Amino acid sequence: MSTEVMMNILSSETITTLYLTLVSTFFAYLLGLPLGIILILTDKDGIHPNRPINVCLGIIINILRSVPFLILMVWMIPFTRMMVGTITGNRGIIVPLVVAAAPFVARMVESSIKEVDHGVIEAAQSMGAPTSKIITKVMLGEARPSLLVGFAITVTTILGYTAMAGFCGGGGLGKVAVNYGYYKYQDDILNLAVILLVILVQIFQEAGTRLARKFDKRL
Amino acid sequence: MTAMQPTIIRLQNLSKTYGNGENAVHALNDINLDIKQGEIFGVIGLSGAGKSTLVRCINYLERPTAGEVFVNEQELGQLSQAELNRARQSIGMIFQQFNLLMQKTALENICFPLEIAKTPKKQAVQRAQELLEMVGLADKTNSYPSQLSGGQKQRVAIARALATNPKVLLCDEATSALDPASTRSILSLLKSINEKLGITIVIITHEMSVIEEICQRVALIDKSRIAECGEVREIFAHPNSDIAKSFVFPRQQAVKAMLNKNCVRVIYDGQSSFEPVIANMILQFKQPVNIIFANSKNIDGKAFGQIVLQLPDDMPTAAKMLQYLRMQGLNAEEITANDNWEVNAQ
Repeated sequence: MSTEVMMNILSSETITTLYLTLVSTFFAYLLGLPLGIILILTDKDGIHPNRPINVCLGIIINILRSVPFLILMVWMIPFTRMMVGTITGNRGIIVPLVVAAAPFVARMVESSIKEVDHGVIEAAQSMGAPTSKIITKVMLGEARPSLLVGFAITVTTILGYTAMAGFCGGGGLGKVAVNYGYYKYQDDILNLAVILLVILVQIFQEAGTRLARKFDKRL
Repeated sequence: MTAMQPTIIRLQNLSKTYGNGENAVHALNDINLDIKQGEIFGVIGLSGAGKSTLVRCINYLERPTAGEVFVNEQELGQLSQAELNRARQSIGMIFQQFNLLMQKTALENICFPLEIAKTPKKQAVQRAQELLEMVGLADKTNSYPSQLSGGQKQRVAIARALATNPKVLLCDEATSALDPASTRSILSLLKSINEKLGITIVIITHEMSVIEEICQRVALIDKSRIAECGEVREIFAHPNSDIAKSFVFPRQQAVKAMLNKNCVRVIYDGQSSFEPVIANMILQFKQPVNIIFANSKNIDGKAFGQIVLQLPDDMPTAAKMLQYLRMQGLNAEEITANDNWEVNAQ
């Protein structure tokens, strides 16, 4: 394979990886952020304790979190087909990516908000703040640095998932590594795919950490 | 004067129990309290006595298990959540750990309650700036709490609590995390706010010095109940309950060790201190007395002194001396080492 062809493949698949990662992250947060907030609110020390909801949600999240991503993807095939009509391609991969990542996001959000000093929430209650304000201004506002760190970890985790999805019909750098490295023993392109994945993870992680530091006013 | 003022906070048969059955903890037991408009009212007790729970019942951060809480003539238990939230806007609160939003500037922190009260943004900023000026932090508008000292953080918290013009300010151990100098400056700020705005202040503390410095009346909480309640001067002069004695008597361990039989605690106010009473007594009885402890205090703006004397072993003379002291218009009470000094667990 010519270098040019190789570069073309790598660049277009890198873009696919980025696309899959960011779109999945977006939907994972769309689901996971409210779930994490519900976990916090309904906790026994939360501001709206509700044991049944808290326990049920916790169990569902734990189940989804305990199934390894590859197996989850296979297990979800009927659901994925029902949702988007296919199980391969970008559309087919995003569904299991979101289902795998949303519970992860929920736990990340939960642990970030848990770090917020309960006294500050109490102070907001003493001012007569409704729950909506406590969530947006106190919980999310005060946990912002931690949420950003969590966001970086989530993005890199989902990036890892997209690579695994390469084994099951997903596109991106994972597919390159599987097709050329695993089936055709083309070490050069395999190595390049790995290097690109490493670079992407580094970029996201570093950007997240820096943003978190920039936004943290406690220092 | 305070007796003439209408009641602003009334607690009626208030009880709070955590858990149930055998594990039940009675944090508050049948509390009855009337706090008058415009006064600075103290609540003192040892840790675990229930005073923090008490103050949280006044704004319903804690729901009482039984009894009623009236603030501004509203029974908080009758209110819906939305009504309660509105009622809370006229009950400010400050905390031991300040509880400021760490990711927001001083100005933004003060704007927060105004935002909750739906004050237009421009108006809120203007009000916040006025308040920062009032608490002496006009130059810290854009500072984050992490850039402020403890005393400054509490000033921001006070400004924040006053933003919505509350009628009541609750202070939960507001000076307990501060050094003595900051404590004094925060207490004098509270006092000036009370005088300037006429706001009723409820102070929860475990330090008698805080009560003595700014409170007019005090309730002493012991084992979840009110052990004693009244004017601070009155309780300083005549403590009845064990807990009051433990807070009022000189607390040094050394004093306790020196206490023997025939010890009396003499209280005098600014007026009587001009007469050399003790010296005259010694001259008259030709018997020495031993001064074990002496100090003076400023209680609610009035000077008070206390002396612990050991009178002669000779009982009749000691009794006469005690009578002599009382004849001079002084408060003299016999005290012994058994007078529950142990309560001074702090």
